[in-house]
Amino acid sequence: MTDRLREVQLSRRSLLASTAALLVAGATSARARTLSGAMPWEKGTASPPVPVRPGPWQFFTADEAAAVEAIVDRLIPADDLGPGGKDAGCAVYLDRQLAGPYGRSEGLYMRPPFMNGTPGQGYQGADAPATRYRKGLAAIADYVKANFGGKVFRDLSPAEQDKVLTDIEKGTAKLKDVNGVSFFSLLLQTTQEGFFADPIYGGNRDMAGWKLVGFPGARYDFRDWVERYNEKYPLPPVSIMGRADWTVKD
Amino acid sequence: MARKLPRKDVVVVGLGWTGSILSYELAKQGLDVVAIERGPWRDTASDFPPGYGQDELRYGVRLDMFLRPEQETLTVRNKMSETALPVRKFAGFLPGNGVGGAGLHWNGQTWRFLPSDFNLRTHITERYGASKIPEDMTIQDWPVTYDELEPYYDRFEKLAGISGKAGNLNGKIQPGGNPFEGWRSSEYPTPPLKQNYGSALFAEAAKKMGYAPFPRPSGNISEGYTNPLGVTMGQCTYCGFCERFGCGNYSKSSPQVCVLPALMRLPNFAVQTESEVTRINLDNTGKKATGVTYVDTSGEEWEQPADLVLVCAFSLFNVRLLLLSGIGAPYDPQSGKGVVGRNYAYQTTSGVSVILKDKVLNNFIATGSGGMMIDEFNGDNFDHKDLDFIGGGYIGSGQTGARPITTRPVPKGTPRWGSQWKKATAETYNRAYNIGTHGSSYSYRDCYLDLDPTYKDRLGRPLMRMTFDFHDNEIKMSQFLTDKTAEIMKTLDPVELTASPRKGPWNSTIYQTTHNTGGTVMGNDPKDSVVNRYCQSWDVSNVFVPGGASVFPQNAGYNPTGTVGALAYWTADAIKNRYLKNPGPLV
Repeated sequence: MTDRLREVQLSRRSLLASTAALLVAGATSARARTLSGAMPWEKGTASPPVPVRPGPWQFFTADEAAAVEAIVDRLIPADDLGPGGKDAGCAVYLDRQLAGPYGRSEGLYMRPPFMNGTPGQGYQGADAPATRYRKGLAAIADYVKANFGGKVFRDLSPAEQDKVLTDIEKGTAKLKDVNGVSFFSLLLQTTQEGFFADPIYGGNRDMAGWKLVGFPGARYDFRDWVERYNEKYPLPPVSIMGRADWTVKD
Repeated sequence: MARKLPRKDVVVVGLGWTGSILSYELAKQGLDVVAIERGPWRDTASDFPPGYGQDELRYGVRLDMFLRPEQETLTVRNKMSETALPVRKFAGFLPGNGVGGAGLHWNGQTWRFLPSDFNLRTHITERYGASKIPEDMTIQDWPVTYDELEPYYDRFEKLAGISGKAGNLNGKIQPGGNPFEGWRSSEYPTPPLKQNYGSALFAEAAKKMGYAPFPRPSGNISEGYTNPLGVTMGQCTYCGFCERFGCGNYSKSSPQVCVLPALMRLPNFAVQTESEVTRINLDNTGKKATGVTYVDTSGEEWEQPADLVLVCAFSLFNVRLLLLSGIGAPYDPQSGKGVVGRNYAYQTTSGVSVILKDKVLNNFIATGSGGMMIDEFNGDNFDHKDLDFIGGGYIGSGQTGARPITTRPVPKGTPRWGSQWKKATAETYNRAYNIGTHGSSYSYRDCYLDLDPTYKDRLGRPLMRMTFDFHDNEIKMSQFLTDKTAEIMKTLDPVELTASPRKGPWNSTIYQTTHNTGGTVMGNDPKDSVVNRYCQSWDVSNVFVPGGASVFPQNAGYNPTGTVGALAYWTADAIKNRYLKNPGPLV
């Protein structure tokens, strides 16, 4: 290292902070560094993902969580093809994502002025996903209460739940102070993310989403199967964490 | 006040493909070279190891490797009459970040442009007459020819170990390769990749229609390879995680794998990471650069004096840096005068998706640059006399890995959620795929880059503003290519076929391609170009913009990286053999 003028802080872990996995103080806290003379390599400098741990809700309130579990189970119902959104951990996935950097729109350009644009200019709101969820779930709760005799979403019949979701998706159910069509898209997109993302993030439990479609996950070497045309890939999926049956049992 | 650092011979802005090639070539000459890179140091095997590199959520969806818009973004609009608004989250295209730049997260598709792409305006005028070119289209000839660039394409391909099959060796057409390509002085350094089932089916169908399918030239390497700098690459394992991902297997060509191990050993080279160049400094004549000013991540400002400034950032940021530094006159679309920001162009892509009967495609077995292609409808490879457009593109099996958060085809009319959605997703996933077209984007008077009047970056500097939309010529071209693609795929007797030609308006929220070109275009006349044929600024002769796609006068129907690499070597030779002997304007 040949930096002539300044002290170099080798805080590489903070430099390589991951928006997906780590809570970081932001780019401004890291210090620049001068590298020369060799490929810099120090052990432990990579930033592997941090597995989501089971435990209490980190973002959702108990009522929100109950509603979200019911919603993800309608978006992805349990049936003979496999578990639904709730048992696949989609609500846990959403909870941890919304409590983390994604929920805060960390790293995105969030400077004003905020103006409505064309569809091609993308989301221009000032609210990050966590705020959108909080407002959206509250608006759905109000809507259900007003239209179903004071009930909450999880107490509706599956047919009633589907009707509520369909009406929000189509914009026929008007939510107070929330664009329901836009919120439904966010809800659906992030729920499906949770169903198909690596189980390390709390969803896709037991690789249910991957088993549904036949995706082999983080397996990385298919040299022996590239040219085996029209033959189903035979091995079960693998997560970044490996497979449960790889774990040595005491 | 910026703290002044000791003088260097050369300061390089950005350490991606062009920055690392130029740094190596000039440091090897004995010059004292420093590269300033705004992102972090990145390696491949330690940062993206097989094991957790294959993480679709982190890299493919949350875009962990990419530039954070908080640090730099731009505003976009389709028309000059609209208000441009900031891209708050990158989606339509994805600029890289850190050492390696976009060369770390790319797919590896490494093409050469056609000989006629380099004298485009002359070629079209001679073959069809000047009236064939729409009035508002501002295409122009490159100031270099294919023949001049051929040795440099060759050098870049050997550096990167590109897999492929030559179609034209020194003018002799070769079976199995692309018969339309320009002449090549040598075969690809490594043989073609293996093809997965979808690609094989496309190739078979195309062949039956009389076309000449060939394997796509690839920066995903088919076998172990040691390049001329002595660094070794490994065989691709077809894991299906290339674009948006780093390759920890040393199988995907990148500055990390192909250049940095040799460059970092040179004692007269250093890279300053986490440091963003804010401007190129000029002396009081305005004709000579004195170096650059940069700000590090603690907010401290530094001045790096240097005799030579090489602007090697991603195309869009090359343009912004020149605008912010006052080098060259900014383009004014009303008067047509000025040059910086002029001739911004993009790429016109489209696709045809099919669902096949009783097929098991295993499309998760893929590489970023695998696939079989046809080139009959690229550039001017086909007669446009009776067609109402110019330009074209390649067509081919472009599946790069069926990662399931983003790739879940279902039949038309399937609900977006619920039991029916779940059933359709399960049934269709492994028997559906997409054939892509990758077409040219020509430049227009009203497609350009300038500084935004409203939005600022974190340092208070104006964001760059992009004004872009697809024009009729490109939309007709895309319809034509998409129809040809559909004809081929119909022969596979699909259960369902959906053709999606590119239509306007351009939308910044749907990923299309990261191939942004133009804005600092190269030319023979300072009236319509920012740099001369050696990528040297007309206004400030010790500033070069070596080979970023920002120097393309318009975009061809190919991915840009091969041409970017060739121009980097071309510029390096001009600096080594001409500029250093006699510093000053080369033209």
